Amino acid sequence: MFAYYLDLALRSLKRNRLLTVLMVLAIAIGIGASMTTLTVMHLLSGDPLPGKSANIFYPQVDASPKGFTKGGPLDVLDYRSAVDLWGAHRADRQALIANSDVKVRAPGTNLPPLMLHMLATTSDFFPMFNVPFEYGSAWTPSDDADRARVAVISSDLNDKLFGGKDSVGKTLRLKDSDVRIVGVLARWRPSPLFYDVRGGRFANGDTGDFYRRSEDVFTPFQSGLEINAGNFWQFTCWHMPDNPGHLKNAPCVWVALWVELDSAAKATDYRTFIASYAEQQKVLGRFTQTETRMMNLMQWLDYNHVLPRDVKLQTWLAFAFLAICLFNTVGLLLAKFLRRAGEIGVRRALGASRRAVFAQCLTEAGLVGFIGGVGGWVLTLVGLWLVRRQQPPYSDLVHMDVSMFFVTFVLAVAVSLLAGALPALRASRIAPALQLKTL
Amino acid sequence: MQIQPILAALRKHRLATMLIALEIALACAVLCNASSMIADRLSAMRIQSGVDEAALATVQLTGYTPAQAADVDARAITALRSVPGVQSATLVNSIPFGMRRGTAGITTDAAGQHFGGVIEFYVGGPGSLQALGAQIIAGRAPQADDFHAFTGLMPETASIQITQALAEHLWPGANPLGKEIWLDKWHFRVVGVLKDLVRPDPQGWTAEQREWSVFVPAAPGPYLTGSYLLRADPKDLPRVMRDALLAVGKAVPEVVIDREDSHTLPDLRHEVFRQDRSMAGLLIGVIVALLGVTAFGIVGLASFWVAQRRKQIGIRRALGATRADILHYFQTENFLIVTFGIVLGIILAIGINLALMKFFEVPRLPLWYLPVGVIVLWALGQLAVLVPALRASNVPPVVATRSV
Repeated sequence: MFAYYLDLALRSLKRNRLLTVLMVLAIAIGIGASMTTLTVMHLLSGDPLPGKSANIFYPQVDASPKGFTKGGPLDVLDYRSAVDLWGAHRADRQALIANSDVKVRAPGTNLPPLMLHMLATTSDFFPMFNVPFEYGSAWTPSDDADRARVAVISSDLNDKLFGGKDSVGKTLRLKDSDVRIVGVLARWRPSPLFYDVRGGRFANGDTGDFYRRSEDVFTPFQSGLEINAGNFWQFTCWHMPDNPGHLKNAPCVWVALWVELDSAAKATDYRTFIASYAEQQKVLGRFTQTETRMMNLMQWLDYNHVLPRDVKLQTWLAFAFLAICLFNTVGLLLAKFLRRAGEIGVRRALGASRRAVFAQCLTEAGLVGFIGGVGGWVLTLVGLWLVRRQQPPYSDLVHMDVSMFFVTFVLAVAVSLLAGALPALRASRIAPALQLKTL
Repeated sequence: MQIQPILAALRKHRLATMLIALEIALACAVLCNASSMIADRLSAMRIQSGVDEAALATVQLTGYTPAQAADVDARAITALRSVPGVQSATLVNSIPFGMRRGTAGITTDAAGQHFGGVIEFYVGGPGSLQALGAQIIAGRAPQADDFHAFTGLMPETASIQITQALAEHLWPGANPLGKEIWLDKWHFRVVGVLKDLVRPDPQGWTAEQREWSVFVPAAPGPYLTGSYLLRADPKDLPRVMRDALLAVGKAVPEVVIDREDSHTLPDLRHEVFRQDRSMAGLLIGVIVALLGVTAFGIVGLASFWVAQRRKQIGIRRALGATRADILHYFQTENFLIVTFGIVLGIILAIGINLALMKFFEVPRLPLWYLPVGVIVLWALGQLAVLVPALRASNVPPVVATRSV
């Protein structure tokens, strides 16, 4: 029966080409616009650590003087608090991170020196965040303690400096120090770059930069601080530091701590631990306030509004546009079906049930949707190409994956069936006698 | 034209009428809001920088220690000044639309009680303010003995130039000359007023805050280094920029040229507003597609109605209605439907705008957008209905005598 309806639908669509083209075009444009924005949204709003993000937490305490901030602790930690909390080793895994730019040279190559983002972190960073290695491995906890001159580099940097070959054991010159490469990452593109997310609520929705690539050089925390002294970025300071870039004893926050806690009980314990730490520091006179906070990874990303405002705005816009296309299609389908009132009257008189007429009309609507979906898919590819051409920081992430490919067609057919339901209902209610009389 | 029969006919086609009206309503709401957002983005992009952008470029160096600064600067500036076409090469920490190195909160009293806002400190060496081309409208330009050596962020005390926007914000209605601002241990006295000097990052700030800048004269040294401002004839600028990068690369091969931030100011400005430009382009695309789809919908449905009413039209013609009567019938019908849609659309437009203001910090919809949107949609409706209506007016009266 379905094949027969499909055949009827094809004939009907061929009969009035202009109307068919208008309907298919409307659906294709609507689907193209909404799928482009939906795909970008889908790519940017995913969980960067699926299956694990609920166990990753971001503890915060506040060393700033009273009245310096509103609405909870500052986004990152001061050096003392960060190192104290990390050194207590109360979590299953814990990693400190501090960001800087570092001058990198590879002895034995003729490349000019590069300025790259460097992450000073601790050994737990790699297993905690499931960071994949192409060659070698992470450094060990004893390297952290010994301030070993070792480094892990990104696959991008390995391609650039060593042509993608195994460079473990080779030497890299960071600022004025030589470090030994112990590991090379496999391609790793977390989206967003979750562990560096902070300050999102001050970004006015302009958060594209949270989707930049990860750092090119990773060093043990204390080694990094020594090697690249003077180049560290503060998040904020309550007094201007005397010596910009040298932040260890400065009244500034600039170090972040991430912890992994494998059970709810451990998370509760850790909350108690940071609260008691804040109390203790207040007694010691270093803190003036004892407010603490610990969100898990996804809560922290939400709190920072990582999804760029323009992306959300575009998605709303696209769906408003799809709604207009939907109304448009309803009107056109109505016109199309009711124009065939005579034909439908004959079918009804020859014994077709209302249900059969309804099914036939819906089949036709669905076919329009499917053809519109093909057009929409092509337009989505064009749309994504346009997004890439704008070169946002996440442009290398923008592509259509399999799930979005199917969503395109499901959405197109669903929209057209929705659009077709009312006209089909109207068509199935046509009284056969009245139509036959006029024939 | 009698409206009564048209309304009676529309009442028989309530569903289709409602559909077109709703489509028009949505189109009206999206059209008004999207146009307002486009205007907002375009006005942000047109911001006055107050400097001679077309004649300026910057070269940024990194990757050396403060101890090496004097030597690096000496070699780099010599190399830059020797590039043919370079009118001046000076040092300034922040660059309009480029590097931002002097953002800090100030107070207007020594005790730090009266917060004045977060402003931008342009810390520049001799000649840099003239090179920028910022216009002084009151007081004086920096003099030779204003430029002090310093360590850290900037000189602890200095005679500064302030933008009139910031002066008006700090001391409304008062003469800013001789007034003072504080920040921790730093303390500055205003000696000049600048017409305009935009922040390096105007986008992150409200329209009022975008020009909260001051110029602090300072002597180049370990903490004012590697951020060069080049001035050249606008026609030569791209060539000068290329040559300058080559010259610096040769003069100081051991340091890193920050190529991402070393550009002409027109290029930097272009880059800063990339996002706004693409959003405005997208909105324009949506508006065009939207008007197109709406017009198609009207054409489709009007054609259907004309086909459906062929017989009635024939009867009317046979009874003495002229072609113009038939034409006007369909035009009036379209006008009524569109008007109905527009009334809904205006309410929807204001509602959507309120929601957008709440969730997306979009500015309030200027009310004059609504009548403009209304006229556009009326025109669109009349244009779209014209072809089907003309076809209707061409239906011959003889149709009335046929049975089908």
